Amino acid sequence: MKNEWPLWEVFIRSKSGLSHKHVGSLHASDAEMAVENARDLYTRRNEGVSIWVVASKDITASDPDDSDPLFEPAKDKIYRHPTFYEVPNEVTHM
Amino acid sequence: MKNYLLQLADNALILGHRLGEWCGHAPEMELDIALTNIALDLTGQARSLYQRVGELEGASSDGVSKTEDDYAYLRDVWEFRNVLLVEQPNGDFAQTIVRQFIFDSYHFYMCRALTQSTDEWLSGFAEKSLKEITYHLRFSSEWMQRLGDGTEVSHAKMQTAIESLWTYSGELITPNEIEKELASQGIGVDLNKIKPEVTAKISEVLAASNLTAPEGIWMQKGGKDGRHSEHLGYILAEMQFLQRAYPGQAW
Amino acid sequence: MTSLNLEALFQSKIDEEIKIEPKDWMPDAYRKTLIRQISQHAHSEIVGMLPEGNWITRAPSLRRKLILLAKVQDEAGHGLYLYSAAETLGANRDDLVQQLLAGKAKYSSIFNYPTLNWADLGAIGWLVDGAAIMNQVMLTRTSYGPYARAMVRICKEESFHQRQGYEIMIAMANGSPEQKAMAQDSLNRWWWPSLMMFGPHDSESTHSDQAMKWKIKRKSNDELRQQFVDVTVPQAEYLGLTIPDTKLRWNEARGHYDFGEIDWEEFWSVVKGNGPCNKQRLKARIKAYEDGAWVREAAVAHAAKKEQDKLPESSAKAA
Repeated sequence: MKNEWPLWEVFIRSKSGLSHKHVGSLHASDAEMAVENARDLYTRRNEGVSIWVVASKDITASDPDDSDPLFEPAKDKIYRHPTFYEVPNEVTHM
Repeated sequence: MKNYLLQLADNALILGHRLGEWCGHAPEMELDIALTNIALDLTGQARSLYQRVGELEGASSDGVSKTEDDYAYLRDVWEFRNVLLVEQPNGDFAQTIVRQFIFDSYHFYMCRALTQSTDEWLSGFAEKSLKEITYHLRFSSEWMQRLGDGTEVSHAKMQTAIESLWTYSGELITPNEIEKELASQGIGVDLNKIKPEVTAKISEVLAASNLTAPEGIWMQKGGKDGRHSEHLGYILAEMQFLQRAYPGQAW
Repeated sequence: MTSLNLEALFQSKIDEEIKIEPKDWMPDAYRKTLIRQISQHAHSEIVGMLPEGNWITRAPSLRRKLILLAKVQDEAGHGLYLYSAAETLGANRDDLVQQLLAGKAKYSSIFNYPTLNWADLGAIGWLVDGAAIMNQVMLTRTSYGPYARAMVRICKEESFHQRQGYEIMIAMANGSPEQKAMAQDSLNRWWWPSLMMFGPHDSESTHSDQAMKWKIKRKSNDELRQQFVDVTVPQAEYLGLTIPDTKLRWNEARGHYDFGEIDWEEFWSVVKGNGPCNKQRLKARIKAYEDGAWVREAAVAHAAKKEQDKLPESSAKAA
C-alpha cells in the first residue's frame, strides 16, 4: 500500500538518569507525528520524560546467524571480570 | 463570575463531546488515540470548572450544593453558554481539524492571558490547562498543514471546511457583556487584547497550509448568551439521556 | 545446519523457556500461527472499541465519561501494541487490516453482541475483560518475546478495565429497581457469550496441541473457562445478581463449579458471521478505513513535500 504510513521504532526514557529503552513501534507519516503518536501510545500513564523515534528502515541489526562469531568470543574472556582476580581478605576498598 | 466560568466549561465539554464521537471511527488508529486524548483533556477541564461553579454557588436553601453533573446533565439548551463553533458536527476529518484549530488558536491565547487573572483559582486553573492546550494547538496546526498542503483532494476539503466554519470564528474573539465586565475587573480575559494574536496565529498557519480565509463573511454569534444552533439540542438529548430518564440515580 | 537440526534447536529453546526473538530462526508454521493469533487479537481490540464507544456520548456522568474514553482509548493502544508485535514477524499492518475488512480474518465474537443498556458497560468490563485477562495473563509467558512483552504492557493497563466495570455493576445492582433490572438484563445477555470467549472444548480445538507444544498457549480452553467461572460466581453473588445457568452449582469433590453446556450452535453461528452485530461492526471499520483514505494519503504526500524541501539544503552541504 503506497499510502501506508511508515513504521517507526520508539525509545522512551522513563525518568532522568536512565537510558532510552525500546518499547515498540508505530506508524506515522513524518517524524513529528511519530513523536506525538509515541507520546499518546507509549506514555499515557506517565511512563516517559523523553522520546526517541527512529524510522525502522534505518535500523541495522546484527544477524542471529552471526551470533556465534559476534558474541561467543567474549564468553571465555573471564579475565575481563573482577571476580577473576583474587584479593586477600585483609585488603579492603578494592 | 459563575456565567463566565460556565462559558469556559461548556466550550470544553461540548467540544470534548464532539471529539468523543470520533472514538473508534478515526481515519487511522493512531488518530483515535490522539483525538481521545484531547477529548479527555477538555472534559477534565470542564469538570474542574463546573466543580468551581458549584463551590461559588454554595449550598441552596435545602442545604444541597450542585455537582459537576448537575451543570452538564441537567441544564437545557438556553442555559448552555458555549460558542456556536464547538457544537458544529464533526463532518469529515477536515471539518474536525479546522474546527479544532480555530478553537485551539483562541483557547491558547485566552488561556495564556487567563494565567494573569487576579482570581487565584482561575489563574491556577489556566496554568494547568495551558500545558494541555499548547499541545492541542500544536496537533491541530500540524494537521492543518498536512491536509491543507497535502493532496489536491485534501486541500479542497480543507478549503471547504474553512469556508463553512469561518462564520463561527468571530464569536470567539468578540466579547459579550459578561466577558467585558470580567475583563474590566481583571478576572477575565480582555478578548480585544488577544484578538491580534489569535488572528495572527490563524493567518500564519493558513498561509503555511496553503489555505485562504474567506472574506466578507457574516459572523454568527449568540452561543455565549444561550442562543444556539439546532445541533446543541441533539447533543444534549444524547448526552443527558440517562440522567433525564432516571432522575436522581447514582451511576 | 539442516532444517531438522534448526527445528530441534528451536524446540529445545522453547523447552528451556528461552524466548524466541524476531530475527531468530523459527518454523514457518510457528510464524504463521503467531501472525494469525496476534493479528486476531489486535483486530479484537480495535473492533472491541465499537460496542463500548457506542456509549461514550451517553455516559451518565462526567466521571464515567472520562473513564470510558480512557478505556476505549486503551483498547486502540492495545490493538497497536499487538499489530506492532505482529510486524516484528514480517507481517505488514495494512495487509492485516485489509484481511479484517475483507472478512477473512477473525476477531473475538464477543464484540458482535450489542450494548443495549448502560449496565452493559459494566458487564463488559467485569465479564468480557475478566475473561480476556485470564487469557492474557497466560500470554505474558508466551514463547515469542515481542508478543509476551506486549501482553505484559496490556495486562498492566487492563487491570483498571475490569475494576471500573465491576464498579459500574455495584452502582447498578445497589441502585433503583430499574438499575437493578438493567444489571440483571445485561448479565443475562453477556454471561454465555463470555464463556464462549475461551473457544471450543479442548477436544474440538484444532490449533491447541501445537500451540501448547510451542508454548504460544500455556493453558487449555476448558481450563481457562473453568478458572473464569470459579472466580466470577462469587462476584455475581456479591452483586446479588443471578447467573443465567440452572446447572450452576459448587462441586465439592472437584473443588470447582459445575456449569451448563454452552449453546455451540450459537457459538459457531456467530463465528460464521451471523451474530447480531457482525455486519455492523465490519461496516463501521470499513467506513473508518475508506473515509480516512484521503487523510492518510494527504499526510504521506505532505511528508514527501517536506522531504523535497529539505533536499537542496543537504546537497548544498554535501557540495
